[in-house]
Amino acid sequence: MSVLVRLARQPFALAGLALVAVFAALALAAPLLPLPDPDATEPANRLAALGAAGHLLGTDQLGRDVLARLIFGLRVSLAVGVAATLAAALVGGTVGLVAAFYGRWVDGLLMRLVDVLMAFPYLLLALAVVAALGPGLTNAALAIAIVNVPFFARAVRGQALGIVRQDYVAAARLAGFSDLRILLSEVLPNVAPLLIVTAATTIGWMILETAGLSFLGLGAQPPQADLGSMLGDGHKVVVAAPHVAAAPGVVVFVLVVGLNLLGDGLRDALDPRMKGVESGAPQPATRVERGMTGAGSGPNDSAAVLDVRALTTAFATPRGSFPAIRDVSFTLQAGEALGIVGESGSGKSVTALSLARLAPTPPGTIVSGEVRIGGADVLGLGLDRLRRLRGDRIAYVFQDPLTTLNPLMRIEAQIVEAIRPAPGEGAKAVRTRASALMADVGLPDPERIARAYPHELSGGQRQRVGVAMALANAPDVLVADEPTTALDATTQGRILELFARIRRERGAALIFVSHDVGVVACLCDRIVVMYAGEIVEEGPARVVAARPLHPYAARLIACAPRLGQPDKSLAPIPGAPPAIDARPDGCAFAPRCDHAVAACRAGPIGLEEAMEGRRVRCIRWRELSGEAA
Amino acid sequence: MRLPGDSPPPHAEEPKGGRRVEARAASSPLLEARAVTRRFGGGGWFGTKRPALVAVDNVSLPLGPGETLGIVGESGSGKSTLARMLVGLLQPSAGDLALDGEALDLGRGADRRRLQRRAQMVFQDPASAMNPRKTVGASVEAPMIGLKGWDAPRRKARVAELFARVGLAPEHAARHPHEFSGGQLQRIGIARALSADPRIVVLDEPVSALDVSVQAQVLALLRELRAGGGLSLVFVSHDLAVVEALCDRVVVMRRGRVVEEGACRAVLSAPREDYTRELIQAARRFAA
Repeated sequence: MSVLVRLARQPFALAGLALVAVFAALALAAPLLPLPDPDATEPANRLAALGAAGHLLGTDQLGRDVLARLIFGLRVSLAVGVAATLAAALVGGTVGLVAAFYGRWVDGLLMRLVDVLMAFPYLLLALAVVAALGPGLTNAALAIAIVNVPFFARAVRGQALGIVRQDYVAAARLAGFSDLRILLSEVLPNVAPLLIVTAATTIGWMILETAGLSFLGLGAQPPQADLGSMLGDGHKVVVAAPHVAAAPGVVVFVLVVGLNLLGDGLRDALDPRMKGVESGAPQPATRVERGMTGAGSGPNDSAAVLDVRALTTAFATPRGSFPAIRDVSFTLQAGEALGIVGESGSGKSVTALSLARLAPTPPGTIVSGEVRIGGADVLGLGLDRLRRLRGDRIAYVFQDPLTTLNPLMRIEAQIVEAIRPAPGEGAKAVRTRASALMADVGLPDPERIARAYPHELSGGQRQRVGVAMALANAPDVLVADEPTTALDATTQGRILELFARIRRERGAALIFVSHDVGVVACLCDRIVVMYAGEIVEEGPARVVAARPLHPYAARLIACAPRLGQPDKSLAPIPGAPPAIDARPDGCAFAPRCDHAVAACRAGPIGLEEAMEGRRVRCIRWRELSGEAA
Repeated sequence: MRLPGDSPPPHAEEPKGGRRVEARAASSPLLEARAVTRRFGGGGWFGTKRPALVAVDNVSLPLGPGETLGIVGESGSGKSTLARMLVGLLQPSAGDLALDGEALDLGRGADRRRLQRRAQMVFQDPASAMNPRKTVGASVEAPMIGLKGWDAPRRKARVAELFARVGLAPEHAARHPHEFSGGQLQRIGIARALSADPRIVVLDEPVSALDVSVQAQVLALLRELRAGGGLSLVFVSHDLAVVEALCDRVVVMRRGRVVEEGACRAVLSAPREDYTRELIQAARRFAA
């Protein structure tokens, strides 16, 4: 259904669909229409002009009715085009599927055969096939189908190669399915959209090619009409009676344009990569639409390098706009490390990205709050000053360095690009700085790595490159968004050590986003725990990790396994966090909380100051911590 | 996977004197890998000989009935390759598997099916382990069709039973994978692995893509399966804490070889090999 909806949203595709529908209807209804016999000659009335009595589009050099021949010719051309497309899709699709599925020598053999087919000039090959088989419409269609097989084979193989490596194909093997069954039930349904798109976008082309062969007299044989043979007949009398050639010419043109518009529309509607594009590419900075609330409230903490006040970032969804984070406030002093902990969807990454207005717009919009970095109001900056702030004052290290590094650039060039040269600093000095940075982040053999491409490095080495680039301009604030999640445990430890050393040696303030309370407690001074877009607890990292006040923080810590405690109960938290558009009225954690009472669900709950520099968003923290003591 | 050329030759850190902790299950192994080696690459069509990557190098591994075995190691240590060999998704380049003491010829379809009736697998990435165009119920039914040949009513009943067992409502079976969270999909993956009543389930990093609280839900399910008895689990992970919480026995792998092996708690609290000690220290340093 959604495919049809997406198709209907494209005006050009709809126009194409209308054109194709009209032509298809004409072709199907041809025998029922009140038309003269298309092959009946009337030499007395040859080359009659447009609008002649009984001949709306005139007659050709044998006196045959052009309109009748046009509609019957269209019928033939469409039928041949569809048949050739189906044949090419069937054969090419099978070749592509089999090549991708069996790989190795099967793939090698089949693809070399396809390469041989593609090595011949296209029309020449078609001509050779017709020459071998003899002229005629069926042979022309066969020739066109054969020369189009490689396109289908290559497209399908490319897609299927990705699918046969998916684990669900391995699972089907483990289920004892035969190869044929796996191909039909697991692989084919996932390449079918591509097959349909390829067919829809090549059918117009195939009709043109068949027309070409008929034009040369190798396709439809007299007296049978198809669009190509009509063009061929017409071109002999084009000076005396241009309408004889013009009529099929216009029909071929409009038909192919219609088919191509429809094919492109189908491709956009079926190709999953196009699904997200409806909303457009993200803008260079998160949109800020602060209302009356939020901005400028309260005194600023002038000593802090980073001061975040009542930050709310909303995300647009098909059902309206909902806050992904709400009312987030914290400060970061120079040299301090703050850990932001939460699970997927808790808003921890949106918070980190919103600090430099990197949260994607669309769908994100910062609707209220204030972010001050060294006194500058980030949310009010123009794009130029914002760009300078990013990298100079605040820099990011992301989760997966493989997606943040440019795969086609050598490592040194990428680090050099990240460095903003001082006035008068030459290229050589910048390169020296780059190699110093690489040594700083503990990359072994910097000479070799400088010349390497990202894929030649291990995950840990790539993440060190990411850190080097973030440190390039000695930022005041370093934001690390789950920098070790994609790494295995041992490499994780080494990268965490790097962050600890950077803190000691450089004194940069650090925001470390993670799902692991234990890691944050070791690395950071303070910790912020987020749930459903809100801060639920904040305090000194080790104290919070050892004695959490908020029930969610307590459950989160209780369910993480710890080395040396094999018998820890690891009680799972029942249920799941609320969806962004289904947040309960009161405490967002109440539906999953063992301690929830009616008051918890009554209304919004504030973040209240608890003991020694701690904040907690729970009305029962006092009694619950008393219980625990 | 890193090429061995990046690092010192694998022989450098071999355990001295081949010390091994004898903590195997007393009964005869259900499934046994016997000196299996798996190479990738090498050879080529036009005489372009590239050096082969030896992912698993001469590993012998018995798995007893009802036992929970952890395989730990860094990425590139060969633990996933070994896991895939244990269920017959990859064939050993040398060595073989024995089921109930009988050697299997994995080149033969009949032997592969014999293995698959006994051993099933749960994959790391729950999203890529489910065909996006099939209902999850159809995915869970697949082993019952291919390995058991059960009729539709029997399969439906079994799906409902399995969904209840992994904590999902039976009507969820009619939905497609994109309607589920990662944790739910992983539980469905476990349901699929259990559907044809295997004796062995091999789990390849089943919780490393999941959030802590979701991981806890899956671990609770696995602990239940272990307590139920009768099922042998092979649990591949780089997370020592998770392995310790779940496994009876552990195998530490490095560069395709077994470095240390023994009772899980003993190895992780008093490792004999330097490499194991390194892994444990790395995991401890940043755990509060």
